[in-house]
Amino acid sequence: MSNDLHAKIRSNPKYAELVRKRSSFAWLLSILVLIIYYSFIMVIAFAPKVLGTPLSEGSVTTIGLPIGVGVILSAIVLTGIYVRRANTEFDELTKQLIEGSK
Amino acid sequence: MKRLNTIVPAIGAGLLALMPSLALAAGDLGQAQQQPTNWSAIGMFVVFVGMTLVITYWAARRTKSAADFYAAGGGITGFQNGLAIAGDYMSAASFLGISALVYGSGFDGLIYSVGWLVGWPIILFLIAERLRNLGKYTFADVAAYRLGQTPVRSFAATSALVVVIFYLIGQMVGAGQLIKLLFGLEYTYAVVIVGILMMIYVTFGGMKATTWVQIIKACLLLSGATFIALAVLAHFGFSFEALFAKAVEVHPKHAAIMAPGTLVSDPIEAVSLAMALMFGTAGLPHILMRFFTVADAKAARKSVFYATSFIGYFYILTFIIGFGAITLVGTNPEFLDASGKGLRGGANMAAIHLANAVGGDLFLGFISAVAFATILAVVSGLTLAGASAISHDLYANVFARGRTNEATEVRVSKLASVGLGIIAVLLGIVFEKQNIAYMVGLTFAIAASTNFPVLVMSMFWKGLSTRGAVAGGFLGLAGAVVLTVLGPTVWKDVLGHPAAIFPFKYPAIFSMPLAFASIWFFSVTDGSQRAKDEKEAFEAQLIRSETGLGAEGAHAH
Repeated sequence: MSNDLHAKIRSNPKYAELVRKRSSFAWLLSILVLIIYYSFIMVIAFAPKVLGTPLSEGSVTTIGLPIGVGVILSAIVLTGIYVRRANTEFDELTKQLIEGSK
Repeated sequence: MKRLNTIVPAIGAGLLALMPSLALAAGDLGQAQQQPTNWSAIGMFVVFVGMTLVITYWAARRTKSAADFYAAGGGITGFQNGLAIAGDYMSAASFLGISALVYGSGFDGLIYSVGWLVGWPIILFLIAERLRNLGKYTFADVAAYRLGQTPVRSFAATSALVVVIFYLIGQMVGAGQLIKLLFGLEYTYAVVIVGILMMIYVTFGGMKATTWVQIIKACLLLSGATFIALAVLAHFGFSFEALFAKAVEVHPKHAAIMAPGTLVSDPIEAVSLAMALMFGTAGLPHILMRFFTVADAKAARKSVFYATSFIGYFYILTFIIGFGAITLVGTNPEFLDASGKGLRGGANMAAIHLANAVGGDLFLGFISAVAFATILAVVSGLTLAGASAISHDLYANVFARGRTNEATEVRVSKLASVGLGIIAVLLGIVFEKQNIAYMVGLTFAIAASTNFPVLVMSMFWKGLSTRGAVAGGFLGLAGAVVLTVLGPTVWKDVLGHPAAIFPFKYPAIFSMPLAFASIWFFSVTDGSQRAKDEKEAFEAQLIRSETGLGAEGAHAH
């Protein structure tokens, strides 16, 4: 990769757009995962009884189970959301950027 | 308890504190360990081994270049790689260990599963595609991208080897114990068999064989676990409420199994464990290496999505399996030991006995064979990662300083695989009777405090210098090891001192910030010309990591 191409990419506004969009999206989702997970851990550490609340009157199933499974599912869903946007929008932007800089 | 813990090191120290009654029950496990030879399990395992050897033969004929050997020629698809990553992650320890944890205390098992899963989104968002764009065969390629090759690669290879060897000890000892239990084979034979098969896969078939062994095993494990979970649910008319109601009725802890128990009671401990589980995954060399087996960043992202889905699904299955074991195994005297309290063969047999309860002897054989295959596949991946650290980082880039050719590098790698295989067998035998429960926890703590900070800083922080990376990485490594040794699991439980010097079981909450802070400190105080050049070089690295321009694909070799 030549310095010439580097300079062209750096000065291409699409490069700044790509980096900005992808970074903010990635950090936003990361923070979301951290909030979800550490809230779960904090409830376990400080208020474990909350998760032992029955799901409905007289049921054995507690709200802890759907919440725990929900954390697992949220991880899957968030990765899905990222991959969807990255593999379409960001990759398209990258393609335009590279072609526009040649 | 000693024996019990060695079988499932992944569960870590938590288990010991968690299951005092099982600890007592396991007291007689040591003498009556070996089970009668299980022919149907051995038969199915032989079929699996035969199949994998055919694959190894096929892969060996197609493995010519270094890219083939280290990265399967970059020809693995996102879906296949997702399965292989899931395979690396769903070890026998997590299958048997988490279901045992659920069997013993219900809800607490879910806490571990969740911790192990949430590292994956972080890997995807921050690491996967940048890793693919910057690296070639090992994560050291990325860490050393714009830094001094010799010092950074020496550091990265050292920490990779430390992680690999600790992880291997855990797996080998687990393998020996498990095989003794399931197949009725001698411990030493079991460890030697695992060692020899692993050497064959890795040296002849390289990454191609290792990946396909992992994929096959992942499919077998997922279908076996699905069958058990469905059989359990069918037993209760597909009503979770009925399953849980029965479990609460028959479990000695009753309703307490439906809420968090004693596993995580101290907030510092909880956060520290959570950090190690979450960020340690992103620092495991054998996992990071998998991202180089796909063609491009697009496939790298897809593989994380598939891996996360498979692993998440698998954890939900192990939860159902644990509850199934409470209701169908814990109530059946056939599966209990003489005291009627513990499980025959130890707590980790919960999933295995359940397989017998829902599927009979033949299915029991199948699940036993899958558990063995799982260990085999995981140790192969680890060995390959360790061997590439030796050949690609230490030999080719540090020792020969790039003045070597691919053929020699691959030969060194094969020799290193054999060497690591022998070391793993020897350590497996040495550690047979040791309490190694702390070892997987330690592995994750080291990975989170060395490889992960260096990798992240090299990708995202312009100011990183060689001195900062090496000093910070080694301090993180030292911090994780020293704090583990001084902590309760080693200082008190293993070394027998009356009280621990460092009060916490999990060091990551201290060792990880220590690593980040020292990387920062030793970089900003580095006024050398080299440090200036390294900052200059960040721009070019960033362009490649963001756009993939210049990234090394399979076609480049």
